[in-house]
Amino acid sequence: MKYFPLIWRNLLRRKVRTIFTLASVFIAFVLYSFLMVVQNAFSMGVEVAGVDRLVLMHKVSLIQLLPVSYADRIRGTEGVTHVGHSTWFGGMYQDKATQFAVMAVDPAYFQLYPEARIQQEQLQAWLADRQGVIVGRTTATRYGWKIGDKIPIQATIWQPKQGNTWFFNVDGIYDADRGFDTSNFFFHYEYLDENRRGAYGQVGWYVLRIDDPSHAADVAARLDAQFANSSAETKTSTEKAFLQGFVNQVGNIKAIIISILAAVLFTLFLLVLANTMAQSVSERTNELAVLKTLGFSNGLVLGLVLVESILMALLGGGLGLAITYFAVEGGSFNNALLPVFIMRSRDIALGIALCCALGVVAGAFPAITAMRLRITDALRRT
Amino acid sequence: MIRRWLSQTLAVSALSVRTIPQRASSSAVAMIGIAGVVIVFVAVLSIGEGFWAAMADASAPDRAIVMRTGADSEMTSGLPGPEVQVIEQAPGLLRVNNRPIASAELYVLVDLNKRSTGTAANVPLRGIGAEALEVRNEAHIVDGRMFQFGTNEAIVGRGANRQFSGVDLGSEFMSGNLRLRVVGIFESNGSVGETEIWCDSHLIQGVYERGNSYQSVLAKLDSPAAFDTFKNWLTTNPQLNVQVQREGDYYAQQSQVMSSLIRGIGYTIAVLMGVGAVFGAILTMYTAVSTRTREIATLRALGFNTASVLISVLAESLALAAIGGLLGGLTAYFAFNGYQTSTMNFQTFSQVAFAFRVTRTLMIQGVSYALMMGLVGGLMPAIKAARLPIATALRQL
Repeated sequence: MKYFPLIWRNLLRRKVRTIFTLASVFIAFVLYSFLMVVQNAFSMGVEVAGVDRLVLMHKVSLIQLLPVSYADRIRGTEGVTHVGHSTWFGGMYQDKATQFAVMAVDPAYFQLYPEARIQQEQLQAWLADRQGVIVGRTTATRYGWKIGDKIPIQATIWQPKQGNTWFFNVDGIYDADRGFDTSNFFFHYEYLDENRRGAYGQVGWYVLRIDDPSHAADVAARLDAQFANSSAETKTSTEKAFLQGFVNQVGNIKAIIISILAAVLFTLFLLVLANTMAQSVSERTNELAVLKTLGFSNGLVLGLVLVESILMALLGGGLGLAITYFAVEGGSFNNALLPVFIMRSRDIALGIALCCALGVVAGAFPAITAMRLRITDALRRT
Repeated sequence: MIRRWLSQTLAVSALSVRTIPQRASSSAVAMIGIAGVVIVFVAVLSIGEGFWAAMADASAPDRAIVMRTGADSEMTSGLPGPEVQVIEQAPGLLRVNNRPIASAELYVLVDLNKRSTGTAANVPLRGIGAEALEVRNEAHIVDGRMFQFGTNEAIVGRGANRQFSGVDLGSEFMSGNLRLRVVGIFESNGSVGETEIWCDSHLIQGVYERGNSYQSVLAKLDSPAAFDTFKNWLTTNPQLNVQVQREGDYYAQQSQVMSSLIRGIGYTIAVLMGVGAVFGAILTMYTAVSTRTREIATLRALGFNTASVLISVLAESLALAAIGGLLGGLTAYFAFNGYQTSTMNFQTFSQVAFAFRVTRTLMIQGVSYALMMGLVGGLMPAIKAARLPIATALRQL
């Protein structure tokens, strides 16, 4: 620690150079954070999927419907504790395809998702109101909806018996912990089924909770066996696997993100910092020789240069991480197309580790040069 | 006067550009930094470009798609058989020997595994009518033969065949109770149609319990100008509850969410990286100016004007940026152009196979962006060089 003033002075020696190096490193880590946020958004909540929840869908594909009568048979299956179902509605709001998921669900649906927090009286109001809807905080804030508002949604898949528009009353707004999608729009399946023109008694998919996550595979196999050879065969998977399926469909986002990240870190971070450190050491050849003359060991000189490099990396990178973190927390990204925008603590830890590692790599070559410096050669050179 | 000024400027600029190799390591920082930005910029946007092209190439100006009112895609549409018969009477529709050139179609999804990951993907299965290949005259069989109507044969698009397993020529695959045999592979301009599997529409009606109903009618018009006649007749007909779109508009709308998502992310990354690269360029140019302090001061002392010094620094910075930009653009072109992949279109949950497209416009945009970075990066150091007080600068050394 006692060498800190020395390192600090070295940073301030060429202020312009230090400032622009820090700025470059800073931008590199703003980008790192942005890329992590994008990757998290594309992972669609796989990380927070409930381990005790299964999704049961039509074997052919998600767009095929299942009979509502399956609910009782699923409930009677060993290991299943709660059952709910959901039907994709789609729809248009303000003449654009809805940017939030609109789904028709049964009254028990919220029991399956304890992550969604709703005030008890709001939930009761929703249960009592056939045209009621519970929306997530993100969507409610985005469109300025309040409890009691009437929301018109134009039909895309499900035409109402009259006209082309469905009307809903906002009865509740749900919140949730970070990472859980709070953009959804849930209304009553009963209301849908009574007013649509056909496909009566059909639902999209079932969500169920089981007593013990370790039995998930058994329960899934039991359920699918039950509906085998019927007109609507099923495919049951854990919620995590179900969501992962979607992620895989989009493509290898992770590979793309990692490639971009590699380019960013190499060009904006490693190259710039390494060059700055090399210049800084070569300018200071003289001084380093003097330090050595005064009795500084080779190891200490190596350490001083490395610490200087790491310090710059952490200053610039840390600031980049911090600013993006607060921007994400403050909701600056929430108007974008993907519902969940978060930075996990894991991303931040990895970011800091990357800063240190790249700081070492960038400083390594100049530090070794400094360490190997022979006093006589160095002093003679000037 | 002007000629002397020009020749001075040229001479000093040539000097700074020629001496770049002497400052190789610091020049490399700016050059590689800018090249990196251009690679990422061009590569990310080539994804959007490829996706958009796959959708755009699926359409022809003389084709229209008819769906139920309010449907936002074929997937969510539904047309009863009797309505289809009415649609086929519409004026403006091309007729050959009194036969309407229109195809009533169904569009469903089947699960196939992606070759690259082995994971399930929603591949579109299209049930087509007998006139389908006359409507889409760009589609043609490249391997095997066309399927026979009334059988469980199917043809598979080149893109679907490339991206998903189990649909090779001669193979059979099951989806629920539907068993299909692949008898041909088709191409259609590399468009989204090539991600699809085509079979007889009646086959899907049966297996998917659709009765006598369809989802869309793709119609070939007498000419692109006949669209309005066609549309007005259909939308004012009280027997029908339909909307009519030009095929191009339909596909543009289908690709909108995905394209704007890719563009939004791509431009954000490019702008941020660009700012970072400008900082790198500023560093490089400051270094260049400070190592050449004595040289610049000498030139000024000899009577070279300030403008020529300023421009020479900018010229050096622009030269570095141009090399970096070209390097980046070419690398992106050779590394990514034509790269085959597939993704899920958020609007229909179905797969779209496409190839990355590094277009000439993208390359030009990339290089222009590089030059802009060079200009901005060189500006401050150039001003510093021009303002260098000659006496102090010479005394300093």
